[in-house]
Amino acid sequence: MITGKVWKYGENVNTDVIFPGKYTYTITDKNEMAKHAMEDLDPSFAKEVQKGDIIVAGKNFGCGSSREQAATCLKYAGVAAIVAPSFSRIFFRNAINEGLLLIINGDSIDHIQKGDTIDIDLAKGEIKKSGKSFKFFPLPESVRGIIEDGGLIPHLKKKFATEKK
Amino acid sequence: MGKTFAEKILSKNVDRDVRADEIVIASPDMVMSHDNASAISKSFKSIGLKKVKNPDKIVIILDHCVPAASEEYAVNHKTIREFVKEQGIKNFFDINAGVCHQVFMEKGFALPGTLILGSDSHTNSYGALGTLSAGIGRTEMAAIWATDELWLLVPKSMRIELTGKFLPGVSAKDLALHIIGEIGADGALYKSVEFAGDALKKISISERITLSNLTAEMGAKNAYFPPDDKTREWLVMRTDKEYTEVFPDKDAIYDQILKYDLSKIEPKIAFPHTVDNVKPISFASGLEFHQALLGTCTNGRLDDLQIAAKVLKGKKISPKIRLLVFPASMEVFREALEDGTIKILADAGAVIMNPGCGPCLGAHEGALAPGEVCLSTSNRNFKGRMGCKDASVYLASPATVAVSSLRGLITDPREVL
Repeated sequence: MITGKVWKYGENVNTDVIFPGKYTYTITDKNEMAKHAMEDLDPSFAKEVQKGDIIVAGKNFGCGSSREQAATCLKYAGVAAIVAPSFSRIFFRNAINEGLLLIINGDSIDHIQKGDTIDIDLAKGEIKKSGKSFKFFPLPESVRGIIEDGGLIPHLKKKFATEKK
Repeated sequence: MGKTFAEKILSKNVDRDVRADEIVIASPDMVMSHDNASAISKSFKSIGLKKVKNPDKIVIILDHCVPAASEEYAVNHKTIREFVKEQGIKNFFDINAGVCHQVFMEKGFALPGTLILGSDSHTNSYGALGTLSAGIGRTEMAAIWATDELWLLVPKSMRIELTGKFLPGVSAKDLALHIIGEIGADGALYKSVEFAGDALKKISISERITLSNLTAEMGAKNAYFPPDDKTREWLVMRTDKEYTEVFPDKDAIYDQILKYDLSKIEPKIAFPHTVDNVKPISFASGLEFHQALLGTCTNGRLDDLQIAAKVLKGKKISPKIRLLVFPASMEVFREALEDGTIKILADAGAVIMNPGCGPCLGAHEGALAPGEVCLSTSNRNFKGRMGCKDASVYLASPATVAVSSLRGLITDPREVL
C-alpha cells in the first residue's frame, strides 16, 4: 500500500516542462536533476515535494522529448507514483525502466485535488480517497518485474548474475 | 485476418505470429544514438559488462550541441569518442555530419522492412522509408547494447489515407500540423501510423520524412510509408545491402482510419506552447516575431531551403528580425552550396549555421530572450523549448517562415507564392 500527498496537474504535461532541455547535457547527477523537476510548470514543486508524494495528472503525461531525465528527476524528487488516464509512450517506457510506478486510471482524477492524501493498493488494484475507491488494471507481468527490481539496469544486473551462477 | 505493417514486422522479428497489444522481446536490426550516447555508455558500464554485444548494429551521430558550446558538452563528446574507439563501433559520425535522423537515412542505415530503435523521440522519421522505427529512452538503449534485445508492445495501427495534391504555398508541414491540430498530441498515442492513398506517389521522400517526423507529436510509436519507386531510387546510391520491403495486408485491422484531400489543406501554424494548438495561418497574420528558424530534422532538407531561396532571391529579410538557417545535414549543406541556394539565403541576410539541432531544444546556438518570439520550421514549441521559459515559439512551414521573414511579420505564404 502506498499512501501519499497529491500534486495535481493538467493534460499533456510535456517533458520540456518536467525537465528543461537546456539542462539535458549539463546536469548528470540524479539528485541535482530532482532540484529542477517540473521547473517550467510549477516552480514550487521541487522546493516542497516530499518523499512518497503522488502526482495525479490529465491524459498523455510525459509527452514530447524522449529525455529519460523527466522520469529520473521525478523519481529522485521522491515521487512514489504517477496516476493519469494515459501516459506518453516513451515516458511510460522510461518510467518503468527507471523503476517509477505508473498507474493508468482516468476515473479517479476528477475526485482528487492538490494536497489530498490518497492510498494506492497495488495488490487489489485500487486507488482510495476518503471512502471512495477506483479500480485500475495492473501493468503487464513482464514489465512489473522490471519495476520490482528497481528498474531495467538492476533487473539486468540480476539477470547476468543469475546466468553466471 | 490480415496484419498491419507493425504486426508483420514484429512477427518477422520474433519469428512467430504476433498481434496488437502483445508484448514481445525483439532484437532490433539497427540502433541509433546521438549526444546522449555518453549517458548511455555510463548506464551500460554500470551493468558490469565490458563489451557491447553487437557493435555493428550501433550508430552514433553527434548533433545536439555541435560544435561543443561549453566544457560540459566537450567532455560529453570526448567520452563518446573514447567509448566508440574502445568498443570498435565503426558507424560513428562526429560533429561534421548533421542531424542524426537525416544522417542515419542518408548513410543507408534505414532499410525498408527493418526494425530500428533510437534513443530520440523523432526516430519515427525513418518510417518514410518503410522501416518500423521508434524512439526509446537512454537506459533501455544501454540494455540493447548489453543484450541485443528489448521488450516492445505490438502497437495498434491507424491509417491515414491521402488523396489530391497540395495547392501552391501549402506543403507536408501544413498537412502534419493540420492532422495534429485535429487529433491532438495524443491522437495516435502508442500507435503505428500508416500513410496510404493515391497522393503518396506525388509526395517526395523529403515530405514523407517531415510527415513521419511529426507523427511523434501525435504520440505515435512509429510511422510508415509503403516503399515505392521513390524509396528505391533514394536508396540506390546510399546502400548496397539487400532488403525486403514489407507491406500491410489488405484486410488488416485498423483502430482508426483518417482521410484527407491535400487540395483542401491550408497553411497552418502551431501557436505557443503546444504542438496541437494549431490554427489557420490567418489567425497569426500580422503578428510580430524576432527570430526565424529554417531547418532541423523536420524541415532542413534541400527542398525546404530551396523554397525559402525562391522567396528570398534578390531580396533582403526584414531588419526587424534575424533568420537562422540550419541545413539538416552536411550532404544537404553541400548540395545547397553547389546549387546556389546558400548564397541566395546569405545574400538575403540569413545567418548560415552548421548542420545540427541548433536552438530546437534550447541547448545551443540561437537561444531566445524573455519576451521574444521565434517562428520556426522545427517540431516543438513547448514552454522553455528554446532555452527561455518566457519566450514563445510558433511552428510553421518553410514557405511561411521565408515569406514572413521578408515582411518581418507572420504572413500567409500564398500572398507571395
